[in-house]
Amino acid sequence: MLVIPCPYCGPRPELEFSYGGQAHVARPTAASNPSPADWNAFQYERANIKGLHAERWRHIHGCARFFNVIRDTTTDEIVRSYRSGEK
Amino acid sequence: MTSRFSGWSLLLGGLSGQRRWSEQWRAAEPKRGYDAIIVGGGGHGLGAAYYLAKEHGIRNVAVLEKGWIGGGNTGRNTTIIRSNYLFAESSALYDHAVKLWETLSQELNYNVMYSPRGVLMLAHNVHDEQVAKRHIHANYANGVDNEWLTPQQAKEFCPPLNISSELRYPVLGGALQRRGGTARHDAVAWGYARAASALGVDIIENCEVTGLRRDSNGEISGVETTRGAIESRRVGVSAAGHSSVVLQMAGVRLPLESFPLQALVSEPVKPIIPCVVMSNTIHAYVSQSDKGELVIGASTDAYTSYTQRGALHVNLHTLEAVCELFPAFRRLRMLRNWGGIVDVTPDRSPIIAKTPVPGLYVNCGWGTGGFKATPGAGHLLAWTLARDAPHALNSAFTIERFRDGTLIDEAAAAAVNH
Amino acid sequence: MSGHYRTASGGIDLERSRPIRFEFDGQAYQGLQGDTLASALLANGVHLVGRSFKYHRPRGIMAAGPEDPNALVTVRRDAARSTPNLSAAQVELYEGLVAHSQNRWPSLRFDVGRINDLLSRFIPSGFYYKTFMWPRTAWHSLYEPRIRAAAGLGVAATEADPDVYAQRYGHCEVLIVGAGPAGLAAALTAARRGARVLLCDEQALPGGSLRADTGTRIDGKAATDWLRETMLELAQAQNVTVLTRTTAFGYLPHNMVCLSERLTDHLASPPASKPRERLWQVRARQVIFATGAIERPLVFPGNDRPGILLAGAARSFLNRFGVLPGRRVVILTAHDEAYRTALELQAAGAQIVALADLRARASGPLIDAARGAGLAIRRNTTAVGTRGNLRVCAVGLAAVDADGAAAGDTDWVSCDTLLMSGGYTPSVHLHSQGRGKLRWEETAQVFVPAEAGQSCRSVGACKGLTGAALAAVFNQAATAARDATTECGFEALPVTIAVSDDTSAGGGWLGTLPQAARPRGGKAFVDWQNDVTAADLGLAVREGFRSIEHIKRYTTTGMATDQGKTSNLNALAIAARQLGRTIPEVGLTTFRMPYLPVGFGGLAGYARGELFAPLRKTPMYGWAAARGAVFEPVSMWQRARYFPERGEDMHQAVARECQVVRRSCGIFDATTLGKIEVAGPDAIEFMNRMYVNNWNSLAVGRCRYGILLRDDGFVFDDGVVARTAEDRLHVTTTTGGAPRVLGLMEDYLQTEWPQLKVWLTSTTEQWAVIAVQGPRARDVLEPLVEQADLSAASLPHMAMTRALVCGVPAMIFRVSFTGELGYEINVPADYGAEVWRAVWESGQAHGMCAYGTESMHVLRAEKGYIIVGQDTDGTMTPDDAGVGWAVGKSKSEFVGMVSLRKRALQDPNRKQLVGLLTADPRHVLEEGSQIAATPGQRPPMQLVGHVTSSYYSSVLRRSIALAVVNGGRSRMGETLYVPTPAGESAVTVTQPVFYDSKGERLNG
Repeated sequence: MLVIPCPYCGPRPELEFSYGGQAHVARPTAASNPSPADWNAFQYERANIKGLHAERWRHIHGCARFFNVIRDTTTDEIVRSYRSGEK
Repeated sequence: MTSRFSGWSLLLGGLSGQRRWSEQWRAAEPKRGYDAIIVGGGGHGLGAAYYLAKEHGIRNVAVLEKGWIGGGNTGRNTTIIRSNYLFAESSALYDHAVKLWETLSQELNYNVMYSPRGVLMLAHNVHDEQVAKRHIHANYANGVDNEWLTPQQAKEFCPPLNISSELRYPVLGGALQRRGGTARHDAVAWGYARAASALGVDIIENCEVTGLRRDSNGEISGVETTRGAIESRRVGVSAAGHSSVVLQMAGVRLPLESFPLQALVSEPVKPIIPCVVMSNTIHAYVSQSDKGELVIGASTDAYTSYTQRGALHVNLHTLEAVCELFPAFRRLRMLRNWGGIVDVTPDRSPIIAKTPVPGLYVNCGWGTGGFKATPGAGHLLAWTLARDAPHALNSAFTIERFRDGTLIDEAAAAAVNH
Repeated sequence: MSGHYRTASGGIDLERSRPIRFEFDGQAYQGLQGDTLASALLANGVHLVGRSFKYHRPRGIMAAGPEDPNALVTVRRDAARSTPNLSAAQVELYEGLVAHSQNRWPSLRFDVGRINDLLSRFIPSGFYYKTFMWPRTAWHSLYEPRIRAAAGLGVAATEADPDVYAQRYGHCEVLIVGAGPAGLAAALTAARRGARVLLCDEQALPGGSLRADTGTRIDGKAATDWLRETMLELAQAQNVTVLTRTTAFGYLPHNMVCLSERLTDHLASPPASKPRERLWQVRARQVIFATGAIERPLVFPGNDRPGILLAGAARSFLNRFGVLPGRRVVILTAHDEAYRTALELQAAGAQIVALADLRARASGPLIDAARGAGLAIRRNTTAVGTRGNLRVCAVGLAAVDADGAAAGDTDWVSCDTLLMSGGYTPSVHLHSQGRGKLRWEETAQVFVPAEAGQSCRSVGACKGLTGAALAAVFNQAATAARDATTECGFEALPVTIAVSDDTSAGGGWLGTLPQAARPRGGKAFVDWQNDVTAADLGLAVREGFRSIEHIKRYTTTGMATDQGKTSNLNALAIAARQLGRTIPEVGLTTFRMPYLPVGFGGLAGYARGELFAPLRKTPMYGWAAARGAVFEPVSMWQRARYFPERGEDMHQAVARECQVVRRSCGIFDATTLGKIEVAGPDAIEFMNRMYVNNWNSLAVGRCRYGILLRDDGFVFDDGVVARTAEDRLHVTTTTGGAPRVLGLMEDYLQTEWPQLKVWLTSTTEQWAVIAVQGPRARDVLEPLVEQADLSAASLPHMAMTRALVCGVPAMIFRVSFTGELGYEINVPADYGAEVWRAVWESGQAHGMCAYGTESMHVLRAEKGYIIVGQDTDGTMTPDDAGVGWAVGKSKSEFVGMVSLRKRALQDPNRKQLVGLLTADPRHVLEEGSQIAATPGQRPPMQLVGHVTSSYYSSVLRRSIALAVVNGGRSRMGETLYVPTPAGESAVTVTQPVFYDSKGERLNG
């Protein structure tokens, strides 16, 4: 069970969180009329990185907020976490 | 020359002090080039090489395995085989594999111990029952066996099952596929390796692919490996959890994410459960190996990872369910727990297809269900690679289906509890 | 008398004044309090304890700890509390203990399965891959059942385990695994500096190797006295927790260590309420492994007979339990420690008939002491065989020549016990589980911990200090503990422990012992339990298995219940030699959790029965239960499915309930519907972006049916949404859907549109919802309602108002899921039961009934109202589901909008919701039935759809069904076919509305 550093609440056990997938995948607006390829990239294509992975977590049983985590998918070590909208 | 395995050969082997056995597959050194290269020495990749040689006359083939063959998900799964999938495309695909399983030991002259002991998938609420019956009807229409058992019938088929109505999630019945069952996972890899090697296929272990080479037309021209560059105009990638890592070497992005999937075995005990029991609702997947170990599958972890580990709580959750359904199992003990890396597509169906790069083919996205498909996946990857066109059975399992919205969404079709 | 082999004195684990009666294989014996089953059996001269897995060879006790691969027993309290495969050395004796041997028939002494041993040349490793293939189906029908019956070890209990199990989380600065000398030194150091220390040990009593130490003096005291005082100090320290009978079995990411604490297995009469095991999940800042080392057996022909033990085990049995393993002892060793055993056994009255050392040269204080005690040492000597059936009776010793082969005549030395020592293998399991690296120690020929994968340190024997002087162990452990506590922010405070009479010991042997060029002595076992011999490993290599993982899997070496604790290094050495490679080149197999087998019961913990999963009940549950309602689980909720009266079955009850609703009215508990309050100045804009509908036009006090997609364009959830104020919406979801809808909303709100001023609150449990449906609904409610007008004019269909109901502030929604005049009364959940009762009372004059989910389903199906998750399945667009009208035209954004533009999602031949009527009005189609356009097909059939909902409508006096059919809306009136194993039936495609198709009753 990972210990996930919530940037709002501090380190908490993984059971308090839900995983939100790869971070920083930009969602095209409907108004921009994205091409099928662009929409497919947003919807389905994932980097699936073997290494440092930027990912979203939500502290669902805590502050309920989404935030981002950099985790090494080859070791599960968490490098850092930061708030949504930050880099 | 590979000698034939039989009871007679065992007798001779015994009388000769086991001196007459030769290596089951050749330890090959990479050649400069091959007519086809398969990346990934799991059951799928070895199967593809075998069928290329056997059915398509392409014998100048190399299987490149970064570790030891069968060491990935082939050797890490819970060996469940079934084909009672909902959609016609899926059930046809998996049933193709089941039909190959039925004769695989004879085909390979290697006992893969295909054991059609029945796979019983439990229903715990009205919604489960609706979903199970939809599967049963669809399977009937598609010619795949699957039948409904009442709780009492389920108990007769699987005596240790707890069908008390007092359970938090009582057993309301189950869908039984009698042709479903298990097989011996290592034997599948070794059997394909031995048979492929005998047909001329080079099986090259400890050879990790580090790059995919393309010519000036953008077509595949070979691979780079930790043991040097190897030329080939046709490369099939069958690398399970690492498929997207390999495909990215050619700039192909896939709708794949890799998750740890854990399994565990108990210590060996005398026969106690005669079939495979699955409960998707409470996450219990259990059978008993021929050695006597309970083989238990857990869910995937929530997050992507390549660590081949996973969280204890995922296993605990599964053991809770197993002990609830089989309360006598509480005194058994977990002997070994391990993880595999499964590559999951958004619709939980695989991809066996050409890629946008000419000469590059991929077999991936099997998620938690790859073992059961082993012979079928190998067979269809070989077909697709040999003919540069998919077989009718895998023509729907493209990469483009996600972009186009023609998903084969087994997971969504099972729907969620309303 | 507690056995003929009990010494007159000694045995620090024992309470000699407390004899204990126990039973093994039906025979009564006596032991002493403090004994293990292994020590008590040995005290009674019993060596034959089990049969091996494959060849059913007689096997005895080999080790004094849980690593013993041989002596596995079943301990049986009763039919439900029978535990197989326990190591006899781990089973603590209690009064009345009943144990059985395993894997033998008809008896342990005479086992028919022994025939496998005679046939062994024909069933080498992997033989089953080479045969049993003909005829094709015979594997499953003929061979496999027999192999299964022969395999397995013990017999599992078949009745539900009545024992209870516990779990808890632990937190500490320093977790120390192992309370031997290294662990104790580390614990003292860390504890004296104030850190929270958790010290665990798998044994019943702490001390590890100190318990078998008779000579060394620590801080001027006997080792056992020092141990007692140390434990006292630790017990009195507020910051220290000591857990005995506790195995650390897993080292997981982020420094979590999993412990299994055994609480009652050693008790004669465990209190029923006391947990049998407790799982600890400990999050430690720093971990110190002091897990010791495991003695290696020697690989030579006939090395598996009962009476052949590890030398260190014999020393443990002697010093801890006052037991002599035998009286005429041969010792065969490659390690100095065995000399200690020889000296102590001799002093305790055993005769050392031979002391053979594999090494050409061995010197040191222990060897000198042995010589001084008159023991003749045979150097450069190997064993080429043993004799004895159920107990070893002789050992064949031979000299080793210059080429490293056995040479000259074999000297058959008669004995009743053979003790062997191949040196010690550091227990690096946990270090490795935590992704720590290992280093091959060339001189000692062992793997030792190198870089740690997490915040941990290894000390003592597990770090490679096997046989080392105690002073070095203490020093290393204290230093590690000081560093660990410093890293946790505690000040340095040196701890020094003085040791005297301290000797170090060395040596070791890997792989097969020297044999003659053509060995004839029988099988040389590497993995005792799985019957893997050195020859099997050779065969695997010959057959081309080159990876150690392949060799392991092909031969099954290291895959038994001991997971290779005594065998892996020997197997690796033999394989490496066969492969012509070095040991580190070949490498070890991966260490996996658990270190020792851990009970499922403890792992499953509290989650059983009603604690298996939370059960949600509405405030009206008690009322419904008292009325005899039959419930169904829907997600976590229990919902009343129907309310049978006077022996009705479900169909009769539902038929009655539906008719009453249509004729008069019914009351229905709709509390489980998910409820989310969407509030804020941007609430409408947020809903516009989330749901397919256009919300701008929704006036305050009005309701609208909303549909939520995912970005894939498929229906995710639906529900009525009411605008309760200018800046406030009351969103309802499906029963199971509320958490995922809220999650999806939060996702978009927080990460896509964080600039929107909107707040989302789950209000599912705030409101109890009482639906009153039917033409008399208004009559039932009006007497109870204040401050609102329920008339059609002021509260029309799809309007809402606030009011007092029975004096309770309420929201009344005029909505209908039945097609009748209907209201849903929302009152604060605490008042739900009370208001429900009042409504019920009021309804009695109007013939109102209570109805459950089953009638609700029928009533809505009569009207063609879909249920998301039943009539849709995550692959359907709003248009497919017949609710495309809800999609707001001219919207610029909603979740799923882009995907709906995909050509495949606009295909006119997609599955569309339709109604089906069977030719036979009594025939109710089975839900999930498949639909074909052409009759009489054989599988595989061309299918065009499937039945999603199907009921008998008592109101319509016929069956009705909803289905999704390819291009269904253009097939009205067509005949389609439903093929089932029981036969095919014809159906007619209709509109999916069977009752009041104009919808007039809604507006009553």
